Amino acid sequence: MSATLEAPAIPPATPPTRLPRNYLNAAYTVRSWLLTIDHKRIAILYLLGVTVFFCIGGAAAVLFRLELMTPEADLVESETYNKLFTLHGVMMIFFFLIPAIPAVLGNFLIPIMIGARDMAFPRINLLSWYLFMIGGAFTLFVTVAGGVDTGWTFYAPYSSTYSNTYVMATAVGIFITGFSSILTGLNFIVTVHKMRAPGMTWFRLPLFIWSHYATALIMILGTPVVAMAILLVALERGFGIGIFDPKLGGDPILFQHLFWFYSHPAVYIMVLPAMGVESELIAAFTKNRIFGYKFVAFSSLAIAILSFLVWGHHLFVSGQSIYAGMIFSMLSMLIAIPSAIKVLNWTATLRKGSITFDTPLLYALGFIGLFTLGGLTGLFLAAMGIDVHVHDTYFIVAHFHYIMVGGTVMAYLGGIHFWWPKITGRMYPEGWARLSAVLVFVGFNLTFFPQFILGYNGMPRRYHVYDPGFQVLNVMSSAGASILGIAYLFPITYLIWSLKYGPIAGPNPWNAVGLEWMTSSPPPTHNFAHTPIVDFEAYEYPSSSAAIADTHGN
Amino acid sequence: MNTEFELFPEAASTNAPLVDHLYLFMLAFSCVMTILVAFLVFYFAIKYRRGNNRVDRTQTPPSNRAELIWIALSVPFLMFIFVWGARVCFALVRPPQNAMPITVVAKQWMWKFQHPEGRREIDTLHIPINQPVHLQMISQDVIHSFFVPVFRVKQDVLPGRYTNEWFQATKPGEYRLYCAEYCGTNHSRMHGRIIVQTPEDFADWLAGGTGSEEPPEVAGQKLFEQLQCATCHRPGASGAQQRGPSLEGVYQQPVALNNGRTITADDAYLRESILRPTAKVVAGFQPIMPTFEGQVSEEGVLNLIAYIKSLGKQGEPNPPPSKGGVRGGIPDASKSKEPSGATRSSQVPSSDLSPEAKGGTP
Repeated sequence: MSATLEAPAIPPATPPTRLPRNYLNAAYTVRSWLLTIDHKRIAILYLLGVTVFFCIGGAAAVLFRLELMTPEADLVESETYNKLFTLHGVMMIFFFLIPAIPAVLGNFLIPIMIGARDMAFPRINLLSWYLFMIGGAFTLFVTVAGGVDTGWTFYAPYSSTYSNTYVMATAVGIFITGFSSILTGLNFIVTVHKMRAPGMTWFRLPLFIWSHYATALIMILGTPVVAMAILLVALERGFGIGIFDPKLGGDPILFQHLFWFYSHPAVYIMVLPAMGVESELIAAFTKNRIFGYKFVAFSSLAIAILSFLVWGHHLFVSGQSIYAGMIFSMLSMLIAIPSAIKVLNWTATLRKGSITFDTPLLYALGFIGLFTLGGLTGLFLAAMGIDVHVHDTYFIVAHFHYIMVGGTVMAYLGGIHFWWPKITGRMYPEGWARLSAVLVFVGFNLTFFPQFILGYNGMPRRYHVYDPGFQVLNVMSSAGASILGIAYLFPITYLIWSLKYGPIAGPNPWNAVGLEWMTSSPPPTHNFAHTPIVDFEAYEYPSSSAAIADTHGN
Repeated sequence: MNTEFELFPEAASTNAPLVDHLYLFMLAFSCVMTILVAFLVFYFAIKYRRGNNRVDRTQTPPSNRAELIWIALSVPFLMFIFVWGARVCFALVRPPQNAMPITVVAKQWMWKFQHPEGRREIDTLHIPINQPVHLQMISQDVIHSFFVPVFRVKQDVLPGRYTNEWFQATKPGEYRLYCAEYCGTNHSRMHGRIIVQTPEDFADWLAGGTGSEEPPEVAGQKLFEQLQCATCHRPGASGAQQRGPSLEGVYQQPVALNNGRTITADDAYLRESILRPTAKVVAGFQPIMPTFEGQVSEEGVLNLIAYIKSLGKQGEPNPPPSKGGVRGGIPDASKSKEPSGATRSSQVPSSDLSPEAKGGTP
């Protein structure tokens, strides 16, 4: 679909060729950006931040995938290799995956989708961004100063006693960023509770809002725990207070419990917003109401609650009691149910739709495939007998990349494309975008599918040098990574290009429903000329084929 | 050992097929589900493409039936996988009674093994085929993980605490041992070999040591004497004259503590009592024992425990240090060189004392 200039279905049309005053052209000074309390501008600031961190994390991955082309050490030393995978993990998880969808798309869309003028606490929203950037700056300092080699998991006592790298600075960076996450979560919850437009009942909310609400719950309940865990590592490292190191009277397993109590739910901080995006994309490009709306909405909450009860499945071989392991194994099985309901309901939403294959839908369909594989391999890992063998091997690496890259990054890119016309007022070039979506899918699978086989064959993760028998699969993986790397550069390039040369989008280029498509593109600073009154359900598309044909005309 | 490309790993232990069966079942199930989802996505996406005006898009009234059926089907299935996985896991972690005990001490970036007969190895472990082998493992520094892919077993090796792993090899050969838990700079070089031999070859290998290697309980007895443990833990003495409880026959027996609780004197308790003696004091005794933390290495602690284990039942005079008395038993010469406390390190195998006690660098 190219840019359409036809009048939007609902609110009053503004002349599409001349942009009215909007949040982008309201002011041009640097000060107006750095001190903005407009949620849309803060979203743009986050977009710039996470893109920089994504590129740094991606560059680290390119380097170590190059190194892994051969079994021997040839490109970098072991110390450098260890710092590279740590940098990759820290950047991607704490500074890209966790903030990407909530802080960029969530910030931009939540107030608009519920018909509000802004977040409940606009100044706290800006504070979140500053905390995020200060935390990121600490972590960037670490990379300049010489790196950190503990892995993103910071397992004690290695991190607290033995590592000679910049653990403290990284810990401070993540600690500060944690507050950004907590404040964002708080803002989301209050906004959703208090700022909904008249008529916007809970069951009229887009599923994007439901999933962000669930995410926000995890953010404010889980993040303090990881902050504490990191603080305790710092206390042990800085002052020799024995908490985790047995030589000081501590317990190393305690760290793993604290760490995963946050970091497993954090997986859902990364993937729940992606599920929300997925629901929006599927609905918009099938012109269909999401199948089983309430099940999809409540499955987000079910996931948020269950996510706090499964952390011990990371500890099956850690020395944790096997009976504790059984409880965690059983609960981990159960969390598959709400996840699977979502996948099946998205698939069912395609049925009787009127489907157009624009780039966002390509990403959305890719998401379904990759998330399904990631979720199914999660069942392998929840089964204790298999996990003993594949724990800490490439099987795990493949599994969580299917969830986090195959799931979150696919949804993020799909969402960026979908809302790009709303955010910038311009369309991206559809041909290039489709090409890069296909490349991302192919490159991703070539990178990570061989890693499942590597893992079951026994190649441990975080290995700089490896046995020659593993080389073929590693070369495949590195080849895939190079495709994936290039595929990621495409959107960065053409999206920047489109800012100046993209066709004007108009308020509703996709003929989608939802409050965000009822205001101009880009939206005015206060989102709506008048507070909208909501008298329609979410995804209220005309349901018969005749009606659809009618709406779309040609 | 992992020099050839393969799609599926070799299986060389009694438990490996158990893991593989569950894995292959899950693989088949995943294939079915993936193909089903992919088929539905493609089928619907093509059939209901916008250009296709010949399909019926009349919506059916919403109902919860699909989800409820899905939940009803998936819960029993998921519980089935859970039970199967847990059963396999129990098989993986519960060693049989007759398993051959081997101690493992891990450190950055090395695996150290000791056989019950005393033979020590580094980064290579010889074991006989068709014989259950039980590893008692501890780390000197950070967390490591003992991973043998062809046996499908893995267990983290912790500092400060014993963990266990067992396997029974079914094929002679040389297999890879990896450290699976990230442990620092040379993590990826912390690998070793498991050499599975026929019982005859293994016996030959075992007999081929240098001869200076003592069984753990013998080394433990020496260390016990060097550290002058008998000053307080005098064998055969009765209650009133004792400053510390007698250790004869105490292993795996319940011990009453002075806080009223009762604990089993297992390896973990004995280890703690050597390194942090005041943590759990036996009823009727004062917490006067000094700590040996930093003075005894992990190997030394293991040897002391082996010695305590070998002590006979209470009341037996002169308990034999080792039932087997393998390869010469206790060299009498060692007794004549009884040290006088200050020079203890010269008498004890250097690996039994901690690096700090030896004055060396770790």
